[in-house]
Amino acid sequence: MSRIFVAGLGAVSPAGWTVAAMREALDLAKPLPAQPLELRRDRPLQAHQVPNPAARPEFLSHPRLRRASAITHYTASAVLEAAAPFRRACPENSRLGLIVCLQSGCVQYSCRFYDETLKNPATASPLLFPETVYAAPSSHVAALLENVSLVSSLVGDPSAFLQGISLAVQWLTEERVDACIVAGAEETNWITADALWHLDRAASISAGAGALCLCGEKGLSLGVELTAITDAHTYSAKTNRTQAARSMRHQLNGKPSSNSRELLCDGLGENVRLDAPEISAWRDWAGPRLSPKRVLGEGLMAAAAWQCVAACDALANRRFPAANVSLVGFNQQAIGARFESISSDKNPP
Amino acid sequence: VCFVSRAVYLIWVMLFPRSSPQASSRVVVTGAGIATALGLGWKINAEGFRAGRTAFRPVSLFDVSRQRAKNAAEMDLPSSLPPTHLSHRRVARLDRAGKMLLLAAHEAWKQSGWEPAENLPFVLGTTGGGMLFGEEYFRRALQQPLHHRGQAVRAVCYQPQVQARLVMDALNFSGPIITVSNACASGSNAVGQAYELVRSGQTERAVAGGYDSLCEMVFSGFDSLQALSPTVCRPFDARRDGLALGEGAAILTLETLESAKQRGATILGELIGYASSIDQHHLTQPHPQGNTTQLVMKSACATARVTPEDIGYINAHGTGTLLNDSSEATAIGEWAGRRAATLPVSSTKANIGHLLGAAGAVEAVVCLMVLAEQWLPPEKAFEVPDPACKFPVVDKPQDASVNVALSNSFGFGGVNASLIFRRWT
Repeated sequence: MSRIFVAGLGAVSPAGWTVAAMREALDLAKPLPAQPLELRRDRPLQAHQVPNPAARPEFLSHPRLRRASAITHYTASAVLEAAAPFRRACPENSRLGLIVCLQSGCVQYSCRFYDETLKNPATASPLLFPETVYAAPSSHVAALLENVSLVSSLVGDPSAFLQGISLAVQWLTEERVDACIVAGAEETNWITADALWHLDRAASISAGAGALCLCGEKGLSLGVELTAITDAHTYSAKTNRTQAARSMRHQLNGKPSSNSRELLCDGLGENVRLDAPEISAWRDWAGPRLSPKRVLGEGLMAAAAWQCVAACDALANRRFPAANVSLVGFNQQAIGARFESISSDKNPP
Repeated sequence: VCFVSRAVYLIWVMLFPRSSPQASSRVVVTGAGIATALGLGWKINAEGFRAGRTAFRPVSLFDVSRQRAKNAAEMDLPSSLPPTHLSHRRVARLDRAGKMLLLAAHEAWKQSGWEPAENLPFVLGTTGGGMLFGEEYFRRALQQPLHHRGQAVRAVCYQPQVQARLVMDALNFSGPIITVSNACASGSNAVGQAYELVRSGQTERAVAGGYDSLCEMVFSGFDSLQALSPTVCRPFDARRDGLALGEGAAILTLETLESAKQRGATILGELIGYASSIDQHHLTQPHPQGNTTQLVMKSACATARVTPEDIGYINAHGTGTLLNDSSEATAIGEWAGRRAATLPVSSTKANIGHLLGAAGAVEAVVCLMVLAEQWLPPEKAFEVPDPACKFPVVDKPQDASVNVALSNSFGFGGVNASLIFRRWT
């Protein structure tokens, strides 16, 4: 196997609990409103919250999800949406891989549990602690899917989402799984909003998840193929963010003026200083752009997943022949990916 | 395949090469660094594990007066770190866990004889990363919400990739950082993932390992679950009453056999097998019969092309909790069959506690010690075997002839991993 196809997409975002809801919000290109998270004495904290689902999701009745926190609910919903076409088309005993990527992880229960510990460790809840580990969402979702044979949780800045995709490709290439779902997820609370305020006062924290189902069968594809992931251009004493972003862009698409029909799905938000390396790397990009964070908020790892989902969704809907995803992380690396339409007619309508 | 350019094609081939068993490389370990409560470095740890020393003492890092358990295996950090390329200002951005990681990485790097390098993968396992920064951030945000000094640094340095970058800069290498967080299997998964990268030809060399330090929140978490022993950690003993926590780090430098031979490097052992599986029984409890534990050991043996008859020692996950040890003992008995009766097993968590994200990496180094020096690490507190144990638990210091050693690691959430090492002669 040497070709990797996108067999399904899933998303939970401040726009709603489906890819369609996210697409609609991105098409409108109007930033979603942020809500006050908690009144602080010195500054208001805001967050883009995920709205309540229109109907209670069926998966919430699974025993493993009863006490799970919001991040697990988002991950579960996005993964089930992404896996649905594959699960419909393939036998129940197909082997699934699941990789969940996180930056802040299970902050809601972590804060509650540590708060209880500081007040009185003797009464800290044993029900909360297991839900604080990074591996909790992947564990619950694997139990929900049942036929999962390989699982991993990766932690890093948002660029690590594409490392999750690379790991999935490795599992598929070695035929250890028949399909692999890669999810990126985050949840919000006051501490993530507070931490973000220290780093980027223009940004508003956001929550949700995005998921891609990858497989090696062209027939199961949405019409989208993953054709490249660049090296991870890690920031170091010798390589700053600007240099790393430029190296990534050069490796992904070195032509100064790229095909104007191709999509660039970037990670730009509202902070010119933080975004400067990515702006600089793609300054000469002449084609269409999509910047999901400007609409959905700073979703950290979920935002990286939204970028990939939005790019693949645009290709699946035949809006573009190819899409480049640019991830210039906060403090780890710059890394990019390229997806292409595999429809017989590559000309968009 | 319709690639847009030769450059992209080359990237693709580099990242996703076709792999087959015939094409796979042999992977050897040429450097190992270890930092535990027994001490710093291979020599002092090997002496401690060989003698069956234990390193538990009353917790001094935070208040445990209201906790059920009072002891843990705390590490004494040296007063200064080894000289590296890091400035004093950047060294200050390493918390306790980061310092342990740097110490272990420094030892492994020196031992390997590697030169400064680019594009060298750094695969790490951790459960908490810079958790001490996180705890400090939380306390200050609650107690002094108007006082922002240092909070931005804490918010950044809490993240494991930042600590990994500091270590890479300290040792003057760069490359992709991959942080695996599969709870207590993280360290084994990190070593295993690096092994897969080298074996499949995606890289010639990789640095891998795990690290975690003791912290209040995690100690309180295990205590709240009543998983911590209020007495003595005795894995596989019928009277066991829980685990003990520890802290530390271990790093391995992995490379292809061809690369090591070309350099004339000292080879500490060969990593011949790795497998991972998922136990979906419960978030925190293993399947009582250890179904996926059997599966992961079988799969690792298949990768290594060995059978239970070939295994000379198992470094068990062996936490000392009722559920883990009975499940793992049952699984080892079922998997090993008749071999179980003579297959030595022990858990070095009896000596240094459970190191969580570092456990698998530290226990991998223990297996290398066993293979290189030909002894078995005893659990001196072990007295009464659990009825599920069909194997002898090593309870006295002893020399042994061991050619192949297997290490098990199981995590909250159900990810299991096994690594298999072979003696290099």
